Amino acid sequence: MDFQGSVKTDCIAPIWTVEAEGEDWINIAGSCREQGGRLVSIWGSEAGEGFFVQAAYVFPEGMLIARHPAVEGQYASLSDLFPCAGRMQRAVYDMLGIDHGGADKRPWLSHGMGPSFPLRKNPLPDQVLSEKDYPFVAVEGEGVHEVAVGPVHAGIIEPGHFRFQVVGEKVLRLEERLGYKHKGIEKQFEGMTVQEGAGLAGRISGDSTVAYSWTYAMAVESVCGVKPPERASFLRGLFLERERIANHLADLGALGNDAGFAFGLSQFSSLREDILRLNKQIFGHRLLMDLVVPGGVSRDLDMDAKRRIFEECEIMERRVRDLREIYMDHTGLQDRFLTTGRIAPELAAKLGLAGLAGRASRNAVDLRVDHPYSPYDRLEVVMATHHGGDVAARVSVRFDEIAESLRLTGLMLENLPEGQISCELPRMSGCGAGWVEGFRGEIVVFLEIEKGRVRRAHAHDPSWQNWPALEFAVIGNIVPDFPLINKSFNLSYSGHDL
Amino acid sequence: MSAFGLFTQILQLLLSLLLAPFFLGWLNQCRAWLQNRQGAGIEQPYRKLGKLFHKDAVIAESASPLFRMVPYVLFGAMCLAASIVPSLATDLSFSKAADAIALAGIFALARIAISLAAMDIGTAFGGMGARREMLVGFLAEPALLMVLFTASLISRSTSLTVIVETLAHRHFEIYPSMAFAGIAFLMVLLAENARLPVDNPASHLELTMIHEAMILEYSARHLALIEWASSIKLFAYVTIGIALFVPWGIAQAADWLGMAFALPILIAKLLVAGAGLALIETLVAKQRIFRAPEFMGTAFLFGVLGMLVHFLLGA
Repeated sequence: MDFQGSVKTDCIAPIWTVEAEGEDWINIAGSCREQGGRLVSIWGSEAGEGFFVQAAYVFPEGMLIARHPAVEGQYASLSDLFPCAGRMQRAVYDMLGIDHGGADKRPWLSHGMGPSFPLRKNPLPDQVLSEKDYPFVAVEGEGVHEVAVGPVHAGIIEPGHFRFQVVGEKVLRLEERLGYKHKGIEKQFEGMTVQEGAGLAGRISGDSTVAYSWTYAMAVESVCGVKPPERASFLRGLFLERERIANHLADLGALGNDAGFAFGLSQFSSLREDILRLNKQIFGHRLLMDLVVPGGVSRDLDMDAKRRIFEECEIMERRVRDLREIYMDHTGLQDRFLTTGRIAPELAAKLGLAGLAGRASRNAVDLRVDHPYSPYDRLEVVMATHHGGDVAARVSVRFDEIAESLRLTGLMLENLPEGQISCELPRMSGCGAGWVEGFRGEIVVFLEIEKGRVRRAHAHDPSWQNWPALEFAVIGNIVPDFPLINKSFNLSYSGHDL
Repeated sequence: MSAFGLFTQILQLLLSLLLAPFFLGWLNQCRAWLQNRQGAGIEQPYRKLGKLFHKDAVIAESASPLFRMVPYVLFGAMCLAASIVPSLATDLSFSKAADAIALAGIFALARIAISLAAMDIGTAFGGMGARREMLVGFLAEPALLMVLFTASLISRSTSLTVIVETLAHRHFEIYPSMAFAGIAFLMVLLAENARLPVDNPASHLELTMIHEAMILEYSARHLALIEWASSIKLFAYVTIGIALFVPWGIAQAADWLGMAFALPILIAKLLVAGAGLALIETLVAKQRIFRAPEFMGTAFLFGVLGMLVHFLLGA
């Protein structure tokens, strides 16, 4: 990565920014693709008299954020180079009305339920869309029929619409329709103080509240040019790993349940509940919400709490190992998991499959290993990968990551530095970014701050990369296996729809 | 038609209607215990029926009269099935009306009725459920018949009451053929009653459902009747199993003392059967839908093996 005028930000993660005018926009994308990098996020903003579109890439050296002026509200599409760009570009259009050159002009986040282009300074009046404005791609042929599922489901889960083209029980094609959870998060950020923003960031996706608040805090700190105290970093790491463990436990239980093995659900749920209750007792919140704040963390840890977490980790490690054996030895369960919903490593690399699902398809990307910053730079995190790419692989990676997170928790508690848990933040203006490995994958927050108030905030969830990949994962599988495959990815609706 | 026959017939039918939700509740409670959960209690199915009967029914706009009729057809069919299976006594007035083959026919009638109702609405899930139900049914029914035939060969009659009298009240004999039939019957029971590993009665995932997918559009009294009918079907299947494989304790004709013992013995057997089924359902995972024909094929094979063994050994 060597682009003229690229500037390293003050972030503790390696993030650079560059102004990409004219052809540079597409050249950077091209060189990223050549070097085996990946596109993380695309978002837009309105500044001064014009619109800008920004893209975040990951090169081997770190992240590069390219900012490109959308001349006359237009810019060149990146979807030929990066398939995951398509939906992000459609979302940019829904939010700001700046036109990508891509072929698919259907809305993505917008369902025509509110003002058009809400992120503009002057949004257009309400625009009403009907279902006819959103044609799904149909498959023709004898015996092919359509199955529409959602957005309201039989169970209590988040809303999303899935349109299957099937012949018999076999899925020929799946098309997702999301955006039902769009709640104007990015618009709400505008004008908030940095502290208010931290609260909102922690509520973007409830299951990743630590990851989002840490990413947001990191972005704020990079604007202010401060580094949080060491003790705060370690506590953030502790929170993040506890969040990861809790979520992986929930997923493993749900995966058993979706395969009709309710025993797994009750066992893993009780383990997860142990973690959440200890969280509540020690830190005051089951999901650890609002604990990571810009400048540090809001709650400290005493010796007694330390001992209790240690003890819990020991018990947890043993019980998860036992349950892993049960899962691995269960013929019926393995029959459902193996070869189901497979994404081959080659396809995963092409689609830019992110995070946990990526690692299960040999896409060895883990921020904690690739670009470790405090506290991970002193922990030597071992990345869990698998070559299978099927549900079984994603189950296996989850088990490995729980074991690793338990080990990291122990290490962080042992080496917890003394000192302050937060520091003062000067009132600054500028742009900053944060980058954290949440339980699903890498979360990025991009922030523009003006005199202590948020001017523009963009949050990226790894689900943007993985939702399109899910459509590939189900091809050739049978309809009743879809819930299991979907669960094995466990993607965020809320973090994606914003 | 004897007075005793009529009395036992009415008593048995009423008991079936009352005990069926109890058995389902007990089964679910055992499952909960085996999963380290507290469970909702044995009375939960009764509460659910009570709740559903008190609600107003919502019927899809596209529903034809068939859709409204089917819950009653289903309930009636299951009541008839429960009437002719000797669970308390062998002296049943209705038993002459239908034999073992007719019993399989009654189940088939119910299956066709509910499948038609599922397709009547025209939703994707209804069609999907009906299709899968037929996939399971077309193999389950012959397997059930094979089991009944094995028992019929022993007693030289297709009448269920005669079969039970032969098995329970003649001098004690061990029938190797019935061992094979027993395995086949257990598999048929699981598949026909939408239990694991063929279907998951607790699932909330509409794409994976078989039985539940067919009744998604039903509500209130219609749903209550269907739920009740399903529990009666399960009860009938379990009592068929009891009648064929552990018939001891079922009262004979005009045996008033036997009748007094028959009920506690039946309840004890039901408790054991429920715990056993719960154990099976806890240990297995749900199979892929395309394993169902394999599963039913195995059941059919065991049924045929039972008959072959009977011919080979003459027992």
